[in-house]
Amino acid sequence: MTLTLSEPLFNALLAVVKILFVWAMTLAALLPNLIWAERRVSGLIQDRPGPNRVGPLGLFQAVADVLKLMMKEDVVPLYVDKVLFTLAPLITLTPALVTFAVIPFGSSIPITWNGAVRDVPLVIADVNVGILYIFALTSLAVYGIVLAGWSSNDKYSLLGGVRASAQIISYELAMGFSAAGVFIAAGSLRLPAVVEWQHAHLWNVVPQFLGFVVFAVAIFAETNRIPFDLSEAEAELVAGYHTEYSSFRFAMFFMGEYANLIAASAVVTTLYFGGWSLPGVAFTGLWGGLASIAVFAVKTAAFIFLFLWVRWTLPRFRYDQLMELGWKVFLPLSFFHLIAVAAFVAASGR
Amino acid sequence: MSEGTPGTAALVPPPEEPTLLGLHEMELNFGPQHPATHGVLRVVLKVDGERIVSARPDVGYLHRGTEKLFETETYPMVIPHTDRMDYVAAATNNHAYCLAVEKILGVEVPKRAQYIRVLLDEMQRVSSHLLWLATAAIDLGAITPFFYTFREREVILDLFEEYCGARLTLNCMRIGGLPVDLTPGWVERTQAFFETLEAKIDEYEDLLTENRIWKERTVGIGVLAADRCVAWGVTGPVLRAAGVAWDVRRALPYECYPELEFDIPVGKNADTYDRYLVRVAELRQSRRIALQCCDWLAKNPEGEIRGKVPRVIKPAAGMAYASVEAPKGELGFFLVSSGANKPYRLHVRAPSFVNLQSLPEMIRGHLVSDLVAVIGTYDIVLGEVDR
Amino acid sequence: MESYLPILYFAAVGAVFPIAILVVMALVRPKRPNPAKLAPYECGVAAPTDAWDHRFSVRYYLIAVLFVVFDVETVFLFPWAVVYDKLLLFGFVEMAVFLYILVLGYVYVWKRGALSWA
Repeated sequence: MTLTLSEPLFNALLAVVKILFVWAMTLAALLPNLIWAERRVSGLIQDRPGPNRVGPLGLFQAVADVLKLMMKEDVVPLYVDKVLFTLAPLITLTPALVTFAVIPFGSSIPITWNGAVRDVPLVIADVNVGILYIFALTSLAVYGIVLAGWSSNDKYSLLGGVRASAQIISYELAMGFSAAGVFIAAGSLRLPAVVEWQHAHLWNVVPQFLGFVVFAVAIFAETNRIPFDLSEAEAELVAGYHTEYSSFRFAMFFMGEYANLIAASAVVTTLYFGGWSLPGVAFTGLWGGLASIAVFAVKTAAFIFLFLWVRWTLPRFRYDQLMELGWKVFLPLSFFHLIAVAAFVAASGR
Repeated sequence: MSEGTPGTAALVPPPEEPTLLGLHEMELNFGPQHPATHGVLRVVLKVDGERIVSARPDVGYLHRGTEKLFETETYPMVIPHTDRMDYVAAATNNHAYCLAVEKILGVEVPKRAQYIRVLLDEMQRVSSHLLWLATAAIDLGAITPFFYTFREREVILDLFEEYCGARLTLNCMRIGGLPVDLTPGWVERTQAFFETLEAKIDEYEDLLTENRIWKERTVGIGVLAADRCVAWGVTGPVLRAAGVAWDVRRALPYECYPELEFDIPVGKNADTYDRYLVRVAELRQSRRIALQCCDWLAKNPEGEIRGKVPRVIKPAAGMAYASVEAPKGELGFFLVSSGANKPYRLHVRAPSFVNLQSLPEMIRGHLVSDLVAVIGTYDIVLGEVDR
Repeated sequence: MESYLPILYFAAVGAVFPIAILVVMALVRPKRPNPAKLAPYECGVAAPTDAWDHRFSVRYYLIAVLFVVFDVETVFLFPWAVVYDKLLLFGFVEMAVFLYILVLGYVYVWKRGALSWA
C-alpha cells in the first residue's frame, strides 16, 4: 500500500497511533492489571489467596470493580460546592494519565514511508523540557486533592486535603533538587536524552544513588502511598479527601492513584534505571524497538512491585514526622547531593 | 467524661479553653461511626490544625442495659449475657461471673474444671491480644499483621467451637464448673497449636518491634505514669506498662494459678510502645501457662468437671466480689443477693470502661494521628464499656 | 511548539474519557437520594456548621510560603543543570554562592522552628 500523506498529516497520524498505543497500555492493560496485582501481591504477602474468582486467576477483578462503581448511585451531598466537587476527580485523573506523554517507552521503530525508512522514536511528545512538564503535572494533581477536600464541606475531607497539599509540596522540593543531578549528567531536560546518556554511559542509579533514594522516597510521598498516605489515612480521617465521593467519581480518584503509581514508576525507571536501555545492548530495527518496550515494561513493573511491597509491610507516618522528614532530612540531603554531583562534574571536567 | 445520654457531650460546656486560641479550633466528632474507634466510641475533639486541644469521650452508644437485665434472669441464665460484654473475650467474662456466684455459694470447683477454665482463659487472652495487635497495627497503617494474627486466632476459635460449639459468645462455663467435658484429642490439638505459637509471635515482632516507623508512632505517645494509672484505677497491660506488676492472677489468686509458673511482664516508659511490648510478652506467658495446663490435663484425663451445686441456685442474702485478670484488665463482678433465685444487683467492674476514663489525660497535647494510637493502645471493647 | 501537539491530543482524550463515562453511565445509575444520604459525613452526628467556617492553622500557610520560596529556587536550578557541562567551575562557584544564600535562609527558618509542628 502506498501512502500519499503530507508530512504534518503523517506526523499527526503517528502521534494518534502512539497515543492509542499508550492509552491501550495504561487503561486497558496496565491499570486493571495493576489493581489486580496489588491485591494479589497483598494476598501473597498476607498469606491468603487474594481475588481469584472473576476470570482466570481473578484477572478481571479490576474490570468488575470499575464496572460496579460505574453502576452505583452517584451521591452528591447537599452541601458541597458542586462545580469544584465535579472538577476535582477530573483534575486528579487527567494529569496522572497525561504524564505518560513525555516518557520514552522504547527506543525507536523503523517505518517505511514514501520509500524512505525513518526511525520513529517511541515517545509521544519529545518535549525539550520533559521533566518540567512532569513536575507541572504533579503539581496539578495537588489541586485535585485540595479541591476535593475543600468542596466536600466535610471536616475529614478538609483535613485530608490540607494534609495532602502540605505533604506533596514539601516533597516536591526534594524531588526537584535530587532530579537536577540527573540533568547535570545528561545536559538536557529531554527525557529521551536522559535515557540515551544512560545508555551510552551508566545508569544514574550508580553514580547518583543518594539522589535516587531521595527521589524514590519523594515519589512515595507524591503518590500518597503508605507510609505517606496521610491524606486518606483511613484510621484517622475515615477516607480523607474522598470521604464524600462515591460511584464513578470515587473510581476516578482510585484510577488516578494507580495511574500516578505507574507514571511515577516509569519516571524513576527513566531517570535512574536507564529507561528502555540495557547496558551493552543496542536496540535497533523493529524487533529491537519492541524488545526495548518490553525492557521498559519490566523495569517499571519491578518498581511498581516495590511500591506494593512497601505498602503491605510498613505502618504509616504521623503528619509532623512526615513534614520533618521531608524538610529536615530529605531537603538537606538533596542539597548535598546536588553540590556533590556538581563538584564531581566540575572536578572531572566532564 | 459524661456517662449520660448518648449525644449530649456536645451540650456539656467544655472545661478550660483560652478564647483567643479558639479562633483556630475546629470541633471534630471522632466517632461513633468511625473506623478507628473500635466500635461506637465518640470522642469530641477540639483541634488546632493537627494538634488536639481537648478530647472528651462520649460513651453509651452501645448501652443495652445488661446490668439491669441480669436482675431479671436466674443465676445460670445470666451467663450468656456476660458473653456480650467483652465480646472478644467471652471466656473471662463467664469466668468472673461464675467465680462471684461460687464465692457467695461457697462451692468448690474440681481441679480438672479449674485447669480447663484456666486453659480457656489463656486461649481467650491470646485470641484477644491477637485481635488487639491486628487492630492496633491497622490503625497505624500496618495492614499485614492483621492477616497474620487472624490466621492464629482462627485456630483458637476453631478449638473453642470444638469444645463448646461457639466461636465468639462461648457460654463455656457453668456455676461450679463446666458444661461439658473435653472432646477426645482436643488437648493434643491445643497443645500442638501452642507449640507453634512461639514462632508466629516472632513473626509479628519481626514486622513491628524494631520497625522504625512503628517506634516513631508509638514511643513516647500516650504516656500515663504509674501514679496516674493508679489514680484513674487503670488496670491490665496499660498499668503494667507503667511498671506496676499488678496482675489479678498473682495479686488475688483464683483457680489453679498458684500452681502454675508464669512471669508478669512489665514495661517502664508507660507509653504506647511499652504497652505493645507488654502485650506481646503476655502472649508468650499465656502460651507458657496454656502448655502447663495441657500437660496437666493430658496427665489427668478423667475427673469431675462440676462442683456440688444445688439444682436451684438461691444464694443466701449477702454480697460477694470476684475478679479475674481479663485481657483488658481487672474484670470484677460485684454480686448482691437478696436470697432469691435472681441477683438483686450485679455490678460489673469493666476494665475497658475504667481504663477509658483516662483518655483525655493521655491524649493531651498530642496530634490527631496519635488519637488512633491511643485509642488502640487501651484495647477497649465498647460492648464492655457501655454494657 | 509542534512537539507539544501530541500532548494536546493526549490531554483531550484524558479529559474526555472520564466525562463521557460519567455522562453515559448516568443513564443506567440509580438515583434515590434521601436527606441522610445527602448529609456530610461527620461520624453519624449531624455537623453543627459548615466545614468551611473553620480556619486553618497558620502553620499550613507557613509551609505553603516556604514551598513557594524554595520552589522558585528549584526552577533556577534546572537551566543551570542543563548548561552546567559548559560552565563547569564558573557555574559551580555561581551556584555555590546561590545555594549558600539559600541554605542561610533555610537554617534561619529551621532555627525559628517553622519546620516543626510543635
